[in-house]
Amino acid sequence: MASTDAPFESDLVDLRRRIAELEEFPEGTGRRREIERLRVRLSKATVEIYKGLSRWQKTQVARHSERPHTLDYIEALMSDWVEIHGDRAFADDPAIVAGFARFAGRSVAVVGHQKGRGTKERIRRNFGQPRPEGYRKALRTMKLAERFGLPLVSFVDTPGAYPGLGAEERGQAEAIASNLIEMAALRTPILVMVTGEGGSGGALGIGMGDRVMMMEYATYSVISPEGCAAILWKDQEKRAEAAEALKLTAPDILELGVVDEIVPEPPGGAHADPAGAIRRVGERLAAALEEVADRDIDELLEARYTRFRALGVLQAKPRKRGFRALGG
Amino acid sequence: MAWFRKSKKPREVVKERGRSSVPEGLWVRCGGCREIIYAKELKHNQQICPKCGYHFRIGARERIALLIDEQSPRELFNDIEPDDPLEFRDSKTYRARLEESQKRTGERDAVVVIEGHVEEKPVVMAVLVYSFMGGSMGSVVGEKITLAAERALARRVPLLIVSASGGARMQEGVLSLMQMAKISSALARLRESGVPYLSILTDPTTGGVTASFAMLGDLNIAEPGALIGFAGPRVIEQTIRESLPEGFQRSEFLLEHGFLDLVVARGELKETVSRCLGHLS
Repeated sequence: MASTDAPFESDLVDLRRRIAELEEFPEGTGRRREIERLRVRLSKATVEIYKGLSRWQKTQVARHSERPHTLDYIEALMSDWVEIHGDRAFADDPAIVAGFARFAGRSVAVVGHQKGRGTKERIRRNFGQPRPEGYRKALRTMKLAERFGLPLVSFVDTPGAYPGLGAEERGQAEAIASNLIEMAALRTPILVMVTGEGGSGGALGIGMGDRVMMMEYATYSVISPEGCAAILWKDQEKRAEAAEALKLTAPDILELGVVDEIVPEPPGGAHADPAGAIRRVGERLAAALEEVADRDIDELLEARYTRFRALGVLQAKPRKRGFRALGG
Repeated sequence: MAWFRKSKKPREVVKERGRSSVPEGLWVRCGGCREIIYAKELKHNQQICPKCGYHFRIGARERIALLIDEQSPRELFNDIEPDDPLEFRDSKTYRARLEESQKRTGERDAVVVIEGHVEEKPVVMAVLVYSFMGGSMGSVVGEKITLAAERALARRVPLLIVSASGGARMQEGVLSLMQMAKISSALARLRESGVPYLSILTDPTTGGVTASFAMLGDLNIAEPGALIGFAGPRVIEQTIRESLPEGFQRSEFLLEHGFLDLVVARGELKETVSRCLGHLS
């Protein structure tokens, strides 16, 4: 349980460790009572710390390495999973997983970012930062879903699309752009769950849908707090200020109309109780699937258009007509 | 040295200023060959270096004058102004940055939409304004380009979008990101209905603009030497910890890797666009 992932909860990590140690002890007179006492303290301290989290602290929760990742959700919530690989053009990208599974009584297509756990696996998954072939594999899966009439479930959890030399050479921008135009018109229902980091275009590249949901401590942003701080504050250390300014937490995003609902997490965040978090996500996904799965597809596409069409905040101010020519 | 400094205000006020599109005085140093060029000569040559062909950046309204037949084409959706949904502030407030850009450029936000003709072929055209906060895409840019696409669809007239942008506008947070989805949705409808869309990419086109509408043209056409990419060169260098090869992320590089249909010099752009439209509509 890496306490460095979220330094503000070191007290909680400490309490959890002490409880775990006591549980290893042989049965004795004081043991039960001591565990009970620590559990009460843990639960109080959790509520205390989590009710006042700053936006930067929530970002750290969203990135916590013990949070469930896409394959954890698939394994716990779905059956008959078949993972598919490759974009049929260049390679397979382990930073995005894709395939088919049974969920809530029907077959569905699934795509999702996959962050690894442990150094070796994290490197293999490129820390959940896809390359173009990842987006193209996802697109292939979407088109299969459309062709075979399967609803699509997408799990979003990425720091962003990988900014590397090869990724640029192979058209990172084109790959994401193509997914956007295809998802806008995909003739099958799409559910999106932002489970951790919604990192900019890299997230949106598999993030358009009929229902877009977000977990309580997930984030969604146009740029990482570090990136924003480096550009606007000229100082990466100002990331907490940048996180505040970017309004990237679930309640912010809900208020802006970008997501339709927030899925509450267990006390202390999903990493404190992964099974509980996964169960809640499963319930909400199943309910949303029920709502959209059998709707008329043309109606659904119209609603999808209207949903994204409405996003944005601006003012209308009449102005005198006529073209302002050069320099005028 | 006085030759290189302006002593009086130039009579022709050039409104749009990019990094290298600033004919401040009588003479300008070329960003390509480093030669000194007579500013008037540069202007007559469509802001292209007569010695090496380097394309200086030009403003949105100069671009319109270059491509559109009418001297005063009809401007569309110009009653839309930016707002500040996040009440964003870093060292300055977003509102202050907006006001400063509005004053300096005379534009309300980073896009101009018009309808007019290219060699007598009707078009709806959107042009990004790089001098307005780096041509960044916030709610206004997203809305106006979406409206442009919807109008092109309703009139069944080809859509042209000229990009020059650093990407999404950070100060509008996730709403900027969502403009990529919104515009792409409108372009999807255009695609289904068979109305052509030409994307014209100019220096620079990066970030969320490249990763949405700029790469989605039925044809993607770029000016020579334009920087075009998803991540900026500095971010990539920091990621891979080595310097990038010469010409990386330039138009010619993208053409070679299959992401552009044509690289066309500024002087031939109008005629090329017209010829393409002739085939597609």
